[in-house]
Amino acid sequence: MPPQMAETLKTLANAAPDAEESQEPPKAAVRMVGLNSWYGDFHALKDISLELPENRISAFIGPSGCGKSTLLRWINRMNDAIPSARAEGTLEIHGKSVLGPATDVVGLRRKVGIVFQKPNPFPKSIFDNVAFGVRLHLKASKSEVDEIVEWALHRAALWDEVKDRLHDSALGLSGGQQQRLCIARAIAVGPEVLLMDEPCSALDPRSTAAVEDLMLELRKSYSIAIVTHNMQQASRVSDYTAYMFMGNLVEFGTTADIFERPQRQETEDYITGRFG
Amino acid sequence: MTPSNPPADSAPESPARGTLRGAPSRHARRWKERGILSLLNSAALFSVFITLAILWVLGAETSNFFAQDEVSVGEFFGTAQWNPLLGAEKHFGIWSLVCGTFLVAGVALLVAVPLGLVTAIYLSEYAHPRVRAILKPSLEVLAGIPTVVYGFFALTLITPALKTFSEGFGSFNALAAGIAVGILILPIITSLSEDALRAVPQSLRDGAFGLGATRFDTSFKVVFPAALSGITSAVLLAAARAIGETMIVALAAGSTPKVTMDVRDEIQTMTGFMVQMALGDVSNYGVEYYSMYAVAAMLFVLTLAFTLVGSWIRKRYREVYD
Repeated sequence: MPPQMAETLKTLANAAPDAEESQEPPKAAVRMVGLNSWYGDFHALKDISLELPENRISAFIGPSGCGKSTLLRWINRMNDAIPSARAEGTLEIHGKSVLGPATDVVGLRRKVGIVFQKPNPFPKSIFDNVAFGVRLHLKASKSEVDEIVEWALHRAALWDEVKDRLHDSALGLSGGQQQRLCIARAIAVGPEVLLMDEPCSALDPRSTAAVEDLMLELRKSYSIAIVTHNMQQASRVSDYTAYMFMGNLVEFGTTADIFERPQRQETEDYITGRFG
Repeated sequence: MTPSNPPADSAPESPARGTLRGAPSRHARRWKERGILSLLNSAALFSVFITLAILWVLGAETSNFFAQDEVSVGEFFGTAQWNPLLGAEKHFGIWSLVCGTFLVAGVALLVAVPLGLVTAIYLSEYAHPRVRAILKPSLEVLAGIPTVVYGFFALTLITPALKTFSEGFGSFNALAAGIAVGILILPIITSLSEDALRAVPQSLRDGAFGLGATRFDTSFKVVFPAALSGITSAVLLAAARAIGETMIVALAAGSTPKVTMDVRDEIQTMTGFMVQMALGDVSNYGVEYYSMYAVAAMLFVLTLAFTLVGSWIRKRYREVYD
């Protein structure tokens, strides 16, 4: 690897050393204290307090409408697009406040990437999709952009499949490839946190497995929050799980605890399929 | 099951089973269906028939024109002097009329494309729904103004205003007419482009915002390119409308066919010439009478080409989102 590229990668990926995971509880990447949110009069999130640990995967599960997507979309302020949405309380990423008018939303979204339910590549070439965010945020030369794009595609486990057709339309890729392209596009700008809003619900099982493998790989460098309807997926990939119901955070803990020794009856009912 | 007497308190008979008159027989029903179908068919065929009839008349009279002694196909397509009425020798070189037409249409597009696209982006990406609810209908009112109003608007308002900038402007000139035609086609470009922009899925905007793109980046680097095929076809449709526009140019552009790029000059467009012929007292079966049809055929081919290319682009380059 050329030294220049190594430098780029270091700044981009904020890569944590791939060391043995210590048993100490990891630092919090995202911290919420008493977070409340409304859509107009509808109270969508009620007094949520939790900490999403750094370089771990945290899954949000719960029935439709429980507020898990709303919660995710406050972390990078995607809810700003909804005029009736508002939030109160503390929401911090690495100690920096997210809510409030003073937040630099553009900078925030560079730090917090998001991947949506349905793959949404731009109708541009594969290369331009990944380069889009890079060109927005960095004054990079052409060769630097090339490098970053290649790095991001490698990181998203897509490079080998697309390296010969970088300049073909991204819409020609399969659904699973498109979703990995969207992940590459998100990590190309060097985020610290990755939000995934049901990233596999539109994919076939094979593509789902590829994206899940990728998440486990990315976990070394990013703090990941995933909303999922698929409880097997939550138990397969996540380190921590939050169960939400009707805007309340019912239970949050390590995935092993939540799935094997839930403290609350509601959680157990939901996980065992007796409800929801 | 053994037959048994119905219980005394059985449900009442449906009224439809009783003494009501039955529906028309199957035979009558089939004939009624056929009648309706042929009525609908002939209504739809009527417009096709009219189009074909117009084409036939255009073609027949155009070939009459080229059958005249004074004209030749070579002169018509090969020269640029158009002088069918006056002088010892008549000239039928279509290009001066084509040039006038494209000069006016070009000015119109220069006015309407930037303004229309910026308005469309504003309406689709920036405007509050309430602002949009007021602005869009008022733009469509603009499309309902009779073109003759635009014509004397050009003649009595735009031209005098232009004359204050430069003495070189004639009482009739291409620029004033072009600006008025530009205002005329503005609603077409705005409305169709806005439709194309709004058809871009919200998920693409979310994707761009999620990467930290501003509203400006999102509009111009993602939404606009994604809608480009629809926008191009809107512009071509508007261009066809500008080329075919008649009343404004007849009133404000003048009646002097010439090949020029000077927008201050008096020119004549193809449509302007046809108005002049149709209103003037030219002999009914002279060569100048037939020339009207030849010009009309040329105009038809040009606008048809623009329309076809526009719809081809829309189909060919439309991004398909599932």
